[in-house]
Amino acid sequence: MASKAKEALFDPVFTNNPIAVQILGICSALAVTTKLETTITMCFAVIFVTTLSNFSVSLIRNFTPSSIRMIVEMTIIASLVIVVDEFLKAFAYDISKQLSVFVGLIITNCIVMGRAEAYALKNSVGLSVLDGIGNGLGYSLLLLTVGTIRELFGSGSLLGFQVLPLTTDGGWYPQNGLLLLSPSAFFLIGFFIWALRTWKKELVEEEN
Amino acid sequence: MPSETVGKTIGVAAGVCVVCSVFVATAAVCLKPIQDRNRTLERRRNVLMAAGLLKPGQKADVDSLFKQIETRVVDVSTHEFAEKVAPENVDPARDAQEPSRRIDVEDPRLGLRHVGKYQLIYLTREGGKIQRVILPVQGKGLWSTMYGFLALDSDMTTIKSMSFYQHGETPGLGGEVDNPKWKQSWIGKQAYDAQGKPDIKVVKGRADPNAADEVDGLSGATLTARGVENLVRFWLGEEGYGPILKKLKVGGAHG
Repeated sequence: MASKAKEALFDPVFTNNPIAVQILGICSALAVTTKLETTITMCFAVIFVTTLSNFSVSLIRNFTPSSIRMIVEMTIIASLVIVVDEFLKAFAYDISKQLSVFVGLIITNCIVMGRAEAYALKNSVGLSVLDGIGNGLGYSLLLLTVGTIRELFGSGSLLGFQVLPLTTDGGWYPQNGLLLLSPSAFFLIGFFIWALRTWKKELVEEEN
Repeated sequence: MPSETVGKTIGVAAGVCVVCSVFVATAAVCLKPIQDRNRTLERRRNVLMAAGLLKPGQKADVDSLFKQIETRVVDVSTHEFAEKVAPENVDPARDAQEPSRRIDVEDPRLGLRHVGKYQLIYLTREGGKIQRVILPVQGKGLWSTMYGFLALDSDMTTIKSMSFYQHGETPGLGGEVDNPKWKQSWIGKQAYDAQGKPDIKVVKGRADPNAADEVDGLSGATLTARGVENLVRFWLGEEGYGPILKKLKVGGAHG
């Protein structure tokens, strides 16, 4: 049991990373990673939602008729996301303005729905919670990597503190505008997947 | 798998809905006062920035700074100050939806069919004399309604600041209305021509540096730029704050 729990928690971080291996939740990974501050907020929001949605879906899994299970999952996820959004608007107003529509879009983040369908419906509450945390962490790991690189080399700062003095302010670092645009996140995620597959050879599919 | 009967399906669906709505409603109701406070602070901060009393990114006690600012309610339909209406009850975005608190806009270029009848304008004074007038402006860009503040000097024609605090234009293109350099290019421009007509132009490409009525365009965002031009002209014109500004200029603003 202990090993199963460990698996549920840590598998999604590397070997079954939701973004890099399952290729889920890419859209928000492109949108919120220009600055580390918004990235971190988004990570917490997603961990919160995946954990609690897995928890609730698993809790009522034996009562949910399978004909309406997806709508039930959607309702739970949507409610959780609205609660998160309300909290952000109350306690992190500036960040919530920057994240704007992307908090709401956690509802359509395939990770949340995917884990509810694939895991929480079939497993116990405890394991589902761990799986939710794990997937949230996996998502966060990739987002933080991308966010750090984009903010550092795109704006020369980390968490808003200037690390590399910009040429526009009289420093030596010429800003890399590409990293501030969404497509750069595609390249970074690509490199991440490459690195992960080089490290974990078992992820590479056999060639036909 | 659980047995499926119609009754059970409906029961589960109803149960989930009730539980979820209780959660959502509790969060919304409990957090509303804090959210409203945030919105007020945000608006005040923007007014202070338009007034030149607060720099972007500066941490300050917004409420105490805001005490220097005089808030006046303007009735746009009669072009009078509406002394009987409390500023707290005016919310132009909400009022625009409410038939009894809005007016129809005749000028089609604004892109809005209605605007709030009451608007809040802000004044800063020094020794009783008006220093700056801060006017809320709103109008359609390409995608969204843009909300901003236009600040005029005591001559009621020299622009001191133009900024938007809420819009949904494309980041990088129309969203460049937030670009500090572009905002800077508005300062010192003349809002009215010699005949007293609103005459600000957002030109394509670079503005003539000697022209007092031209502002740089936004590359790749012609429609957003046109929206900005139209909304500034509308609000400074006869349908907007034009008559009120004339009164302020003549009467020193007690009226």
